[in-house]
Amino acid sequence: MRVWRYGDDINTDQLFPGKYTYTCATPEEIKPHLLEDLDPSFASEVREGDIIIAGKNFGCGSSREQPVVGLRAAGIRAIIAESFARIFYRAAINQGLILIECPGAVHAYREGDEILLDVERGELSVGGKRFTFPPLPEEILAIRRAGGLLPYTREKLREKRKSQE
Amino acid sequence: MNENIMKKKGMWYCCEYLPSLMETPSLHPTGASRINRQTTIMSAHVMHGAAVVHMGKTFAEKVLAKKAGVSEVVPGQIVTVKPDHLLTHDNTAAIIGKIGPELDEYGIVNPDLPVIVIDHVVPAASEKTAANHKKIREFVKQFGITHFFDAGTGICHQVVFERGLALPGMVVLGSDSHTCSYGAVGAFASGIDRTEAAALMLTGETWLKVPESIKITLEGTVGPMVSAKDVILHIIGDIGADGANYCSVEFHGNLASLSIEERFTMANMGVEMGAKVAVFPVDDITRRFLDSRVDRTSYEAVWADEEALYRRELRYDLSGIEPEVACPHRVDNVKPVGEVAGIEIDQCFIGTCTNGRLSDLRVAAEILKGKTIAKHTRLIVLPASREVFHAALREGIIEILSRAGGMILPPGCGPCLGAHQGVLAPGERCLSTANRNFRGRMGCREAEIYLASPATVAASALTGVITDPREVGT
Repeated sequence: MRVWRYGDDINTDQLFPGKYTYTCATPEEIKPHLLEDLDPSFASEVREGDIIIAGKNFGCGSSREQPVVGLRAAGIRAIIAESFARIFYRAAINQGLILIECPGAVHAYREGDEILLDVERGELSVGGKRFTFPPLPEEILAIRRAGGLLPYTREKLREKRKSQE
Repeated sequence: MNENIMKKKGMWYCCEYLPSLMETPSLHPTGASRINRQTTIMSAHVMHGAAVVHMGKTFAEKVLAKKAGVSEVVPGQIVTVKPDHLLTHDNTAAIIGKIGPELDEYGIVNPDLPVIVIDHVVPAASEKTAANHKKIREFVKQFGITHFFDAGTGICHQVVFERGLALPGMVVLGSDSHTCSYGAVGAFASGIDRTEAAALMLTGETWLKVPESIKITLEGTVGPMVSAKDVILHIIGDIGADGANYCSVEFHGNLASLSIEERFTMANMGVEMGAKVAVFPVDDITRRFLDSRVDRTSYEAVWADEEALYRRELRYDLSGIEPEVACPHRVDNVKPVGEVAGIEIDQCFIGTCTNGRLSDLRVAAEILKGKTIAKHTRLIVLPASREVFHAALREGIIEILSRAGGMILPPGCGPCLGAHQGVLAPGERCLSTANRNFRGRMGCREAEIYLASPATVAASALTGVITDPREVGT
């Protein structure tokens, strides 16, 4: 597992350049351009299970969801940041990408530290130091359990139709 | 604001729990700490003699309670709402691509819900973007979408604004971050991602977390050649790119000097400080603007109570604000124009959903009338909509700007997102009236973007270097 470390206010243009917004929509189209204007090594070197640690306001700017779709498809286990921009946070819930808002863990991390993560219990260990983060409310967990917003929506539509029959 | 005790209208507020409420870092967007917060806020009642009176409510709390069909809501609470409109643009193609089988089976929830505007890459710049546009037109026809505006009508936010599709008290969500612009007319308007827009097409409802609110009170009036763009850049520079993260920003105070177009510019940039919504009260200026578009009985204005509880309160004296410039590569890297004057500019851009309206083009024309832009500089002008374009033609503005050396582009997003038109070369510098100056935003990683008002951009086009518009005679 590799930890990718970035600073404050990483915007969605850096995570996925706007010039590709209307030509790349599938995970395969998105992946080669991930973090292209921030860290050109990322797209070719990222591996399943990697973690991103960042500062405050991660994912600010455009509402484009390609960064979230791409990072999820690239196998990012979680993004741990001091804070996230709100549209990015919603997009992550909708795609099932795990975001953890935990400033203490971000400040504690030193290169080479082992990171252990228990999302269900809201626990995080960074280089042996333990942190907790609030578990998600039930409304949001239901979306994650379904595998994202679209599978959740399909379930709801099926249930609604059944109840009308 | 005194964090422990506030006195308003002769009543004392007992707020022993308030410091924790106000100083807690940005509230978790999932409302994870909802229960604690509810407890906190419930404790913050007004003590008036022996009676306990409930606190006033913010704009966001009132709109969301109404839309959720409950008597009251508190920050952090999650509510289910049915938005009045869902805005999507060129990304409609990708949105409907996610739900093809579901659309076939269940259809769209309500053909009046979506407002679809093709604006981001218009006219189509490639076979792929052309195919996207075609797919959107076919979808609109198949499902009988009521509110569709094809390429050339204008930038989506301007079109929504002009057509009266965002009204006071409405909840409007859109798969574009600048959906917050409609706060200019007192709507609760906010950006979402494509997947959520897709789900909304099918179900018509979603969850929203009730945001905490920030009260910004404006005092005084701006000086000559200083505009709403300078005011909002100044505020963002002050509170930072995440200064209003997850929050509803309410503008209060002396708003009579701000036209509806200027309010649009300010609400538009709310997202650049992280705001969920950025909103103005409905007054005579709003009503006059809406009168030519909709009947007054078609909307009901909502505004905060005077006793509402805010996460933060800020005051700005407009008379002290100078022309401002946001320097690369952050919108909150804001400096008074004097500190960056003289920097050479390769391309000037006047347009976008932030500053492509008639009053913006008018001030540029006042500065450039009978003059020619500097030899080494290019000027791109992009009216925000066909309506703006026609008005500018009638006033002779387009001819003035063209004669001055400007290139006039068709209404749309144009150079703002770097997909086509006005892309920069490595090492070039652009001074733009847009809302973002992120690295790579205009299509080139090695270019620099500075943001400013239309007056500053026009004055700088004349000289070829960043110029204080107060130093250029009109």
